[in-house]
Amino acid sequence: MSESDVTPEGVRGARPGREAVTGRAAGRRRRGGRGERPVVPEAEFSTYYGMPVLNPPRWEALDIAGYLYLGGLAGASSLLAAGAHLTARRRLALVAKSSATGAVSLSLVALIHDLGRPERFLNMLRVFKPTSPMNVGSWLLAGYAPLTMAALLSDVSGRYRPAGAAATAGAAVLGPLVTTYTAVLLADTAVPSWHDGYRQLPFAFAGSGAAAAAGVGLLAAPVAETAPACKLASLGAGLELGSTQVMKRRIVLTSEPFEQGHAGTLMRASKALTVGGTLLAVCAGRRSRVAASVAGAALLAGSAMLRFGVFRAGVASAEDPKYTVVPQRARLKKQRNKPSAATS
Amino acid sequence: MTEQGPPQPGADHPPRMGFFTDTSVCIGCKACEVACKEWNAVPADGLELTGMSYDNSRRLSSDTWRHVAFIEQRKPLGGQEPGVSHDNVDIFRAAAGLGVTIASPGPGATAPAPADALPGAPAGETSPLAPDGRTELRWLMSSDVCKHCTHAACLDVCPTGSLFRTEFGTVVVQEDICNGCGYCIPACPYGVIDQRPDDGRAWKCTLCYDRLGVGAEPACAKACPTDSIQFGPLEQLRERAASRVAQLHSAGVLDARLYGEDPQDGVGGDGAFFLLLDEPEVYGLPPDPVVTTRDLPSMWRYAAAAAVTLTAGVAVSFLGRSHR
Ligand code: SF4
Ligand code: SF4
Repeated sequence: MSESDVTPEGVRGARPGREAVTGRAAGRRRRGGRGERPVVPEAEFSTYYGMPVLNPPRWEALDIAGYLYLGGLAGASSLLAAGAHLTARRRLALVAKSSATGAVSLSLVALIHDLGRPERFLNMLRVFKPTSPMNVGSWLLAGYAPLTMAALLSDVSGRYRPAGAAATAGAAVLGPLVTTYTAVLLADTAVPSWHDGYRQLPFAFAGSGAAAAAGVGLLAAPVAETAPACKLASLGAGLELGSTQVMKRRIVLTSEPFEQGHAGTLMRASKALTVGGTLLAVCAGRRSRVAASVAGAALLAGSAMLRFGVFRAGVASAEDPKYTVVPQRARLKKQRNKPSAATS
Repeated sequence: MTEQGPPQPGADHPPRMGFFTDTSVCIGCKACEVACKEWNAVPADGLELTGMSYDNSRRLSSDTWRHVAFIEQRKPLGGQEPGVSHDNVDIFRAAAGLGVTIASPGPGATAPAPADALPGAPAGETSPLAPDGRTELRWLMSSDVCKHCTHAACLDVCPTGSLFRTEFGTVVVQEDICNGCGYCIPACPYGVIDQRPDDGRAWKCTLCYDRLGVGAEPACAKACPTDSIQFGPLEQLRERAASRVAQLHSAGVLDARLYGEDPQDGVGGDGAFFLLLDEPEVYGLPPDPVVTTRDLPSMWRYAAAAAVTLTAGVAVSFLGRSHR
């Protein structure tokens, strides 16, 4: 703990020991330091020895951010599959159906792996509870995952075509919900950066899911069938970047963690990959096999990084008492000022 | 969109029970921490010295269901020396002796001149020195616990129904059902419930559900030697707390305030509320907690709108002139 140094000029950085002045080192904390870029004027606030107010999520980033990413990819892939099915783009449909099935299966593995008691996974379906997004999500996946598998099986085997078409349509109805409910899953917590972003996160996840599904299409479908994937990539990227931009403007203090540290790096990387992948897809995705593959991989990676970035930003916001105390203080102040404003 | 609050007391329900923790009489003995561990067989969480104060459990967690916070401040406790009666002091005589006798050195003398200050004493800078040379400071101690919220986010978001509301209006985890999804942990606005790493499940204060069932009071309240932790029907506790605040205010302790007793607050009032002597965040408590599920209907609406947008986006991608 001690960070003191003995130098020729004496002891540097020593703790005050018995000369300690009470209340100086502890209890009150002035923020600044750590090279943070002040987005809002530094607020003075109290904490308990700088400890967080909240318990941060105990989830593994790989499991839960991975779950969010795969869910997004699966849901949007189901939509892409239905579109391709309808417009008779056989190869694109097959690719999208495989991607939906694979992603949703992997996402279930990630979800179960992250449970403290994986053998009790089915307890999720013990009740139906609309107040719990995780419960709603479990029911959603329980309905959605079999549909994706049925759609894929029918396509691969070429049998039961009407049933396959129905399953494809059903998966396309549930798919978008699978993609966006994960934003509610994060937002319905006390984690400041997640909760405050509840209006924009679903749109960011929808856009990011679309970009990822387009990425799979570009990567694996023949270039002749990728035209819709190219369009979807640009629409998705636009939606994702637009909504994260709006989020940064609307929520002032608690959007800070999205720009700082590890989360900030991930968010910037995601942006670069998504923009780069989209440009490449639009320019060359319909002509060059290589360009389409590179663009697809970039879009997939960008979408994954968005989820990891959002995940990390939330954890960081829960671990810093600033993001809990300062907005709540501001809210109280506003409430207190209201009645007096009404009388004057 | 929150679950129904605690049951209304009626023929088949006992009244809602809770804690009133009056931190103004807490002496920081940690008897509650120990009694809780003993009774509930809570595993050890390490014997560490934090170095920041006498607090060595830091925060509430899966293995700390009562946590005593220690805060040292350069501030007198109210305008009086507790336990000293001045009834026999004639203030007019004392005033006449101001600046004349050594016992009354006169105005301005409460802080020594910088040259006379004891080494390390911040002369004339922060807190004045008392005539007997002692600086004025106060210790705040507070035993924190699960708030057993009226609108409990942990309970709302639990996907398995493991967290439930008891007949006493308290919030309890059923450990044979919890699958360790960990959702309740970031949902709690107070940072109370937590996951045991080795066991995977979520644990927190049960308000000694087993003891309540047989009419006993919770272990911590039983062990508290100063009655800082008071247990009883919530209605009674609220009345008692209101009169305690009034009593402290009239004694000059103007810092006294209640925390979590207001049924109109963001969590509908706490089943375990507090009398504090400073702002809540000084004790590590959120100043204005709100149950996250209050915004859930709105969250679902935004998610639905985003899903529709996504569907429309994919539809548009397939429309129009395309070279396949
Ligand atoms: S304080 Fe936290 S753990 Fe306790 S009832 Fe409220 S939300 Fe649940
Ligand atoms: S960890 Fe257990 S108690 Fe907490 S939300 Fe999940 S199932 Fe419920």
